[in-house]
Amino acid sequence: MKTWGAHLAVLAGLLALGLTLPAYHATNLARILVLAVFATGYNLAFGYTGLLSLGHALFFAAGLYAAALGATLAALPAGPGLVAGLAAGAAAAFLTGLLALRTSGVAFMIVTLMFAQAGYLTVLYFGAVTRGDEGFVLPAALRTLGSLNLAADTPRFLAAFALFAAALLATLALTGSATGRVLVAIRENPERTRMLGYDPFRHRLLALTASGALSGLAGAAYAHLFGYAGATFASIQYSILPLLWVLLGGAGTSLGPLVGTALMFYLVDLGSSATSSHLLVVGIALLALVLFAPRGIVGTLRDRALPWLP
Amino acid sequence: MTLLEARGLTRRFGGLLAVDRVDLDLASGEVHALIGPNGAGKTTLVSLLSGRLLPEAGTIRFEGRDIARLPAHARVRLGIAYTFQITAIFPRLSVFDNVALAAQRTAADRAAATHAALARVGLDTHSDRPAGTLAYGHQRLLEVAMGLALRPKLLILDEPTQGLALSEIAAFKTLVESIAETATVLLIEHDMDVVMDLADQITVLDAGRRLATGTPAQVRADPAVQAAYLGA
Repeated sequence: MKTWGAHLAVLAGLLALGLTLPAYHATNLARILVLAVFATGYNLAFGYTGLLSLGHALFFAAGLYAAALGATLAALPAGPGLVAGLAAGAAAAFLTGLLALRTSGVAFMIVTLMFAQAGYLTVLYFGAVTRGDEGFVLPAALRTLGSLNLAADTPRFLAAFALFAAALLATLALTGSATGRVLVAIRENPERTRMLGYDPFRHRLLALTASGALSGLAGAAYAHLFGYAGATFASIQYSILPLLWVLLGGAGTSLGPLVGTALMFYLVDLGSSATSSHLLVVGIALLALVLFAPRGIVGTLRDRALPWLP
Repeated sequence: MTLLEARGLTRRFGGLLAVDRVDLDLASGEVHALIGPNGAGKTTLVSLLSGRLLPEAGTIRFEGRDIARLPAHARVRLGIAYTFQITAIFPRLSVFDNVALAAQRTAADRAAATHAALARVGLDTHSDRPAGTLAYGHQRLLEVAMGLALRPKLLILDEPTQGLALSEIAAFKTLVESIAETATVLLIEHDMDVVMDLADQITVLDAGRRLATGTPAQVRADPAVQAAYLGA
């Protein structure tokens, strides 16, 4: 109860923030929330199940292109586009998992990375449709959810907020369930978990598929809320970013992905307004994290002060 | 009644025949001890029974059903529980959560079943501690509690008394006797006093082969066993 209360309070705070902040920051917050859905999905695989994937760009891009190409080729508006994105992310993760989950550790990192690179090259290969790195803009007429115009500031923020809230609460329900406890057990000691009668492969595949579904949903939302799809979103950068966001915020914590995404976003934002070498700012922040809070911000907070935080 | 019947189990590691055509019968409700010198193949044999390893040859029938090709987690679901020789708990989870992971699959009331299993091994007062902070002997008991919470028909204990103090061993013997009231126990054990006190049947392994099977008195009197193992 305390857990749900705390999370609802955080959501209420976000809603209030988004509706009162000036437009520039409200748009930033919408972007952060969409990317936090991606990070929340990544956290499900990495933070809770212990699957260090370097291929999540594939799942994000699967959702992004399902929605974006759905719009340009099949005139799908945002609603069906989001559903298609979620399904595409889940399917990509399920198929990747069928093969990649036969490996573990470093081999798993490399196999997922190869899958994602193959996806990136596929996007470039079909440049006639995807327009490769240059990308394409989604038709404004299709960026609507019912009567909401997602290109306008307030509806965009509300849509991003609703998706993040759904992702957060769904994750919270999953990780608090019997299945969620088995995922954590597999992260801690897979062989022992097997000897309690649980199939590690099936549970990992489930976690990876759910993780891919959230990543795909985030990709589709990104396409419709910000109106653009390009091959950069399929590149290795978008596999590394969710890992960094989750590490910064706290792996295996429910709110860590949001905190990490927001912090990184503003570090880059403020860093690039102060200096042209904004990646240096990010690098220093990550070094400080490794040295002083290796379990991430929310992870450290939980260790020090709030042990009940999930 | 026979609970488990293994015939001709064979497994090699490279050129080494770790388990060589071993037959084993476990009757329902008995305490069966598996003894033999280091490297005799005891842990390999129980790994074949629990499914952590697959046999190269041989059959295993559990309640009449052939399980030799089933993966380990499926055998656990049939009622074969294995407690590890090297303590394998979830050190960062609480004692309660360790056992609850087993209980949530087998019991309708997860918390009650968990407390019951912890009470049986005497760890109920430690349930909120991280398992990694328990003393070594208590970690061994936690292993057993996880096994009990699986409500197994067959509980395989791999050197459960290793590293326990004498006083703990006495308590452990009482615990195994109480477990044997509801389950069949297969026990790998080096402590001969424990074996002779607890076992209804003993199987002696040596260099991967089964040397003898019988009651403690029969095994003690067996000349081949004396030569190979008991030594005295």
